[in-house]
Amino acid sequence: MYHVKIYITYKESILDPQGETIKKTLHQLNYQNVASVTVGKYFEIDLAASDEAPEVEVERMCAELLANVNMESYRYEIEAVSVNEAI
Amino acid sequence: MRFAVIQFPGSNCDWDLYYAVTEGLKETALFVDYRATSFTADAVLIPGGFSYGDYLRSGAIARVAPVMQAVKDFAASGKPVLGICNGFQILTEAGLLPGALRVNRDQAFICQNQALTVANATTRFTNQYQANETIHLPIAHGEGNYYCSPEQLATLKANGQIVFTYQDNPNGSIADIAGITNEAGNVLGMMPHPERASDSLLGNTDGLRLLMSLCGKEVQPA
Repeated sequence: MYHVKIYITYKESILDPQGETIKKTLHQLNYQNVASVTVGKYFEIDLAASDEAPEVEVERMCAELLANVNMESYRYEIEAVSVNEAI
Repeated sequence: MRFAVIQFPGSNCDWDLYYAVTEGLKETALFVDYRATSFTADAVLIPGGFSYGDYLRSGAIARVAPVMQAVKDFAASGKPVLGICNGFQILTEAGLLPGALRVNRDQAFICQNQALTVANATTRFTNQYQANETIHLPIAHGEGNYYCSPEQLATLKANGQIVFTYQDNPNGSIADIAGITNEAGNVLGMMPHPERASDSLLGNTDGLRLLMSLCGKEVQPA
């Protein structure tokens, strides 16, 4: 069993209007030292072991569905967990 | 001519399209359920709305619905496919059109009448418009901010794939793009709603001419 954490954010070339708005708001609240804010999506997936390496499967899931690679980039962390722990 | 209107859970411009085809155009329309694996039609219309509640990204779930394989085969055969608003988003997610639609530049949902330029009046979707004609169509979207890579944009321009552009860019779209075709020219995606401008009772028939272009009907002089 694997526990997978996936992070999706806009590519650097894509303006992130939510992030920009939140940054300005933090400035208004006097956090003047906030240099940038990025808003993204976060997924947790429990993945049963299969014939395929989890990295290969997760990579495919990200490219096929979870991210739109035209405008988003992704990264993930995969942690092996014992079946007891997962339940 | 027989138009298939695809219905996904959350589509909400399906009846508007049906009405525009049957009452405005006086042609045949049929609804095709998202679970269908085949249909018989001369053109496919993918309506606007909020398929699957816009979960994940607009159009991202709809593009894996069973009917989409039949739509891809239909497009590959060279027959016309028109995606409006959420339909445009579904076509980009399905890879039938290049690029993607981001959240509007100013974060807000925009619902207004919009001046557009017909940037290419030689397509099968626009032959009843004049080159560079100004038309008005309603827009209503939160994610209509078109994006593609500089390489893709150069290809779109070189092939005349940019069909409609905004005159006063409301949402931040790259190159003011409101609608594009695929390279073959038989798949059109656009954010503005021609079906909402297809009845003189509503004060505007600029959109009806798009459907007339598709079935070779000429505009009668007023």
